Amino acid sequence: MPRRDDLESILIIGSGPIVIGQACEFDYSGTQACRVLRQEGYRVVLANSNPATIMTDPDFADRTYVEPLTPDVLAEIVSRERPDAVLPTLGGQTGLNLAMDLYRAGLVGRPGTPELIGANAEAIETAEDRERFKQAMVEIGLAVPPSGIAHSLEGALTVADEIGLPVIVRPAFILGGKGTGLAGTRDELRRIAAAGLAASPIGEILIERSIAGWKEFELEVMRDRADNCVVICSIENVDPMGVHTGDSITVAPAQTLTDVEYQQMRDAAFACIRRVGVETGGSNVQFAVDPRHGEQVIIEMNPRVSRSSALASKATGFPIAKIAAKLAVGYTLDEIPNDITRKTPASFEPTIDYVVTKVPRWAFEKLPGTSGVLGTQMQSVGEAMAIGRTFPESLQKALRSLETGRAGLNADPGEAVYALLNDDELLEAAARPTPERIFHVAEGLRRGIGIEDLCAASRIDAWFLDQIARIVEERAVLEAAVWRDLPRAAWRRAKQLGFSDAQLAHLWGASEDEVRATRLATGVRATFKTVDTCAAEFAAETPYHYSTYEDEDEVRAGGRPRAIILGSGPNRIGQGIEFDYCCVHASFALRAAGYETVMVNCNPETVSTDYDTSDRLYFEPLTHEDVLNVLDAERAASPTDDVQVIVTLGGQTPLKLASGLPVELIAGTPPASIDVAEDREKWNALCARLQIPQPPGGTATSLEQALEITRRVGFPVLVRPSYVLGGRAMQIVDDEGQLKEVMAGLYGLGLVGFGSLGREGGLSAERPVLVDRFLEDAVEVDVDAIRDRTGEVLIGGVMEHVEEAGVHSGDSACAIPPQTLQLWVVEVIQAYTRAIADALDVVGLLNVQYAVQGNQVYVIEANPRASRTVPFVAKATGVPLAKVASRVMVGATLAELRGEGLVPEVTGGQVAVDHVAVKEAVLPFSRFPEVDTTLGPEMRSTGEVMGIDSTFGLAFHKAETAAGTVLPDRGLAFLSLNDGDKPAGLVVATRLRELGLGVAATRGTAAYLARYGLDVDLVVDKLGDGDGPTAVDLIASGEVTFVVNTPQGSGPRSDGSSIRQAANVHRVSAVTTVEAALAAVHGMAERAAQPLRVRSLQEYHGG
Amino acid sequence: MSVREAALVLADGSVFEGEAIGAEPPAGVASGEVVFNTVLSGYQEVITDPSYAGQMITFTNPHIGNYGVNGTDFEARRPFCRGVVVRDLARRHSSWRAESDLDGLLRRFGIPGIGGVDTRRLTRRIRDHGALPGAFGTASEATLRAAAQQEPGTDGIDLVAQVTTAEPYVVERTRDAERDGARRIVAYDFGIKHTILRHLARAGTVEVVPASTPAADVLAREPDGVFLSNGPGDPAMVSYAVDAVRQLLGHVPVFGICLGHQLLGLALGADTVKLPFGHHGGNHPVQDLRSGRIEITSQNHNFVVDAATLPAGVQATHVNLNDGVCEGLHAPGLRAFGVQHHPEAGPGPHDSRYLFETFRRLIDEQDATR
Repeated sequence: MPRRDDLESILIIGSGPIVIGQACEFDYSGTQACRVLRQEGYRVVLANSNPATIMTDPDFADRTYVEPLTPDVLAEIVSRERPDAVLPTLGGQTGLNLAMDLYRAGLVGRPGTPELIGANAEAIETAEDRERFKQAMVEIGLAVPPSGIAHSLEGALTVADEIGLPVIVRPAFILGGKGTGLAGTRDELRRIAAAGLAASPIGEILIERSIAGWKEFELEVMRDRADNCVVICSIENVDPMGVHTGDSITVAPAQTLTDVEYQQMRDAAFACIRRVGVETGGSNVQFAVDPRHGEQVIIEMNPRVSRSSALASKATGFPIAKIAAKLAVGYTLDEIPNDITRKTPASFEPTIDYVVTKVPRWAFEKLPGTSGVLGTQMQSVGEAMAIGRTFPESLQKALRSLETGRAGLNADPGEAVYALLNDDELLEAAARPTPERIFHVAEGLRRGIGIEDLCAASRIDAWFLDQIARIVEERAVLEAAVWRDLPRAAWRRAKQLGFSDAQLAHLWGASEDEVRATRLATGVRATFKTVDTCAAEFAAETPYHYSTYEDEDEVRAGGRPRAIILGSGPNRIGQGIEFDYCCVHASFALRAAGYETVMVNCNPETVSTDYDTSDRLYFEPLTHEDVLNVLDAERAASPTDDVQVIVTLGGQTPLKLASGLPVELIAGTPPASIDVAEDREKWNALCARLQIPQPPGGTATSLEQALEITRRVGFPVLVRPSYVLGGRAMQIVDDEGQLKEVMAGLYGLGLVGFGSLGREGGLSAERPVLVDRFLEDAVEVDVDAIRDRTGEVLIGGVMEHVEEAGVHSGDSACAIPPQTLQLWVVEVIQAYTRAIADALDVVGLLNVQYAVQGNQVYVIEANPRASRTVPFVAKATGVPLAKVASRVMVGATLAELRGEGLVPEVTGGQVAVDHVAVKEAVLPFSRFPEVDTTLGPEMRSTGEVMGIDSTFGLAFHKAETAAGTVLPDRGLAFLSLNDGDKPAGLVVATRLRELGLGVAATRGTAAYLARYGLDVDLVVDKLGDGDGPTAVDLIASGEVTFVVNTPQGSGPRSDGSSIRQAANVHRVSAVTTVEAALAAVHGMAERAAQPLRVRSLQEYHGG
Repeated sequence: MSVREAALVLADGSVFEGEAIGAEPPAGVASGEVVFNTVLSGYQEVITDPSYAGQMITFTNPHIGNYGVNGTDFEARRPFCRGVVVRDLARRHSSWRAESDLDGLLRRFGIPGIGGVDTRRLTRRIRDHGALPGAFGTASEATLRAAAQQEPGTDGIDLVAQVTTAEPYVVERTRDAERDGARRIVAYDFGIKHTILRHLARAGTVEVVPASTPAADVLAREPDGVFLSNGPGDPAMVSYAVDAVRQLLGHVPVFGICLGHQLLGLALGADTVKLPFGHHGGNHPVQDLRSGRIEITSQNHNFVVDAATLPAGVQATHVNLNDGVCEGLHAPGLRAFGVQHHPEAGPGPHDSRYLFETFRRLIDEQDATR
């Protein structure tokens, strides 16, 4: 069946900001879909609020709407663009939910409206409504865990009485298992059911008999409109049922199923996709298997591409999203070629000859108060995938890919902590699912705790435990060996089990370089094999490689100059999709300029690890050893000298590797400049020479030194470790007592060497703490600029932050162009930026942060590398900064690029815009009700959105809406402000009144407002004072629709924190800075005054 | 556990290092034709499939033995392959179905193996050069090389004679079959898999006869249908069976699988040809040319019926979408059909199981007209 000609234009709904449970895998799938549909000649209209995505590049769609993903915005886009079809299955749960909203509103999926392709409303409802799904499965004879539905607490208890405890509570229509939990007692059930009812947009929960401890499997299934079905990949979870699959270590292909069991599961998956009615595309079907007697039950299915399908695509080389898009427009599987073999059709089932292991990465260290225990609700923020010929090899590679300071599965400095646990505690730890469990299990095996005991405790299958035991046993052999005399076979065995040189160096007390040199002398080196979907049965065309220790290399290089781009590794708070965006852009730009591009990365969610993105992909950990291996392979494959390595686009990850690479290979800004920017002394000298003011401060390696600095500069001070990312452990300190605590905390972690800080940057005497005077009431400004080798500088964007300095720039909203700065101040900032770029001899990107107090501009820091804001600037201005920077890095000049049309003609070296773009951060608090939501110098956002409109107010309103903050037009606003914020609070309260909202306030705030003639509607007691309703009660009652709560001083106080927590739990929009409140009421007022208007990037930028 | 170093040498001289597993071969040398199989699960079924007689099976999936072995997943009374080549044999298995481990099974039946081999390099070699004779074991490289060069491979040898049953035997119909009447099916055993027997027994009583059974003896059993099984090697080496099939055609409905399909093709007057390295896996797409439907199939063969040589009155019904070779044929006038792939799976997908139903219907239509 050929392509459908009755469709001309197709709307693709993206997944919005990166949040826990929905990360860049949907950029990967959406980008593939956009590309394929345009190649097929369709007009593609895209809606996605996330500016850091590749899919929102204006090149990927005919009309790109970076607008809030809400039903009314989508309705506006549909009425404006009149697409023939809507493809909702590539934008995660967000895309599906929006499609259903539009369907219910009668705007799509009905006669005379755009058709829903991929999955129709009926199929989406059958899969997403848990009760309907279970009924459907029972109808076709598939076993499901016994369960019932509840819409209330009483209902939940009744159901539990019928099916027996323990039970799992799952809210309907949610993403990433939000609001899901395991209840063993009636009390636990009450608590979890209440959270679940609140989390479900339709107030419905499924209560299900717990099958925690069963083995968990997933099948990625595809179906075409001729009803052909194939399984792309099977995935087995190492962590048993009870841990969300997104938080589980998972392995592909399934390892412990006999063919009889596997085929039974395959039959069930097909029956499921057919019954649910997903007509075309990919679905993910999850199963649980009782390890005692093999009973299989079906758990759930996602009628769309998912995180697992992205993983499956990377694991097999089969591009699920790309094929799904083609199936959606009418092709059948046999009509689509497998583009890896190019000889065989897509209607087959990939088979693989390696093992893929995915390990999640969490951010508990940034969320104090969280338990760190994993459960049925996803908590991880990213993941790393590794490929090896065996499970031990891929597991160790995955663990070192995580960049959590571990060199593999123990046998590294990080294992020292486990010595503190006795055997009983270790077994207990093995029973508790945490990020550390896999290491606890390995330590248990090392001590001789038996596989049976560990299996009973952890419910991890004995096969996996035995494979881990191989690593542990080999470690003992290696420890006992005389390493300098190790024979080739022994080296090979160790490397085949995935041991890194860093682990070996630790075991032997040697340096990593010594270990590498000695090993290479025995002839044991990494060999690169190919991911080809067919286990070598057919010759592969697509160069997608992984390292292992075998007999032969399969890398074939062409004859062009090569650019090796080091990626950014797993997503984490502070380093996410923005850096992948930059790497992908570099690859596109350099490929177009005639370079052979080579990508190295280990994050399966990303566009960079799509084998189509670069000329060659190495799916490898980003460590010193693994990157050197890639360099060696590249040089061996085509021994010309023309290789350059790009280290400044992937965030801190590649930057940290730069010092270990041959300096002559590094493209762009010399590594020495990076050091000047990072080294406090050298940086201070540079600023002094340029006469650019800095906040007074100094560096300290001890409390005494820190105190000495504060005596000189006064409090408050900003204290932060050098060489860390995302403001890790950055704090504002008000007095000596607090300083003592903070320094003790930092050095406590750093000196032991395995604290989260020690892991990320390594805090030591060589990496001191920076203590700077904190500039109060200052406006923070970020600049992204590019300098070429001739010294010309292009100012890409000057961003003014909404929140004052002190809130981490990654968590702060910001606007292009600046809204309150005087023009001459902006010019000063530009001049400083040029001077710094020259002084640092930057060739490529430079990000500089400033604080403006009054009209005085202070420089805070400069980073000669891509910043988090590069994609936002590009989307706001239409200038592809990352593409320009990558070309500049390999030698092009801005003048040449202007000639190519890549850089626009600008006046004054700055890109001008006649609209306003606002970037807003998206925070993960709704998943962590125990965490205080106040913002500070430590970054905690997982993603970002952009609002773009003709004025700041409208753009800010859009940005907030896109970030999920509902700015209400009715109801009661509740204000609780610290004294310094009260004047501005008066403006906020007045504006809210004008907008028709009621105003409630705490006693102090109310008294202040009354003094200026604003009598609030309701005065609320602080916690514990008086008998009236407290703020928390009021928020819980649902009366309050908007909360403005600014913390006292810099630390959270219990009262404010409980207010913010209540708002978080009850999903009431809350802002925690007065600046944000002002911007919000400003936006609400403008929004109320005029109708919603949407506009595509192509229209904004004249594309 | 001490490692016994071993090597695999192919007839083209390439050497692969590894370690001995399974049974110790005589004088430390095992030889045979080296083929690969790309299934991800089902190693026990593959190893015990008689079609692998004369061959050494390379598994492309690196981890083999993970879920042990059990009494039900045997495809024959014993394995007939010459050896097993793996990347990584599990030290410990884990499955509620397991009764023993794979290494134990290999030792029990005298099947030698080699582990630790770069099986991807080996597979690429076979893919590029075709199935190659080879030898592995703990003997010296020179000895292994000599053995590999002397190994004749599977061409020109009647491997069926080595695997077929010596005496006829009966497989009783299963419970489901009783509900819709008794049929009598005679199944030629050219190396028949147990899973096929289980499927046939759902249609009726199965009388399994040796490969050399003359057509007259079969007809004397008054069968409702005759089944031609899978089996090893070159169909041209079993000309006696081709003769028998030719005599049966037209008298009784005939269904052939794999080698049985090739024999049917030869009996109908078509030719067979050898593929460079055969089809050995569980993921081959086959299209039913009549319905357009795609079936993911289990495959294990080196020879195919040449579709260009099919005589008038015989239709090609299935095609392999990877390389376009004939996967099925139908001679309506003679009430005979066959498929090259394995609808019984074991191991593999169940997409083609409907063909057993087709056979049952063919039998029942005949009964209706009789």
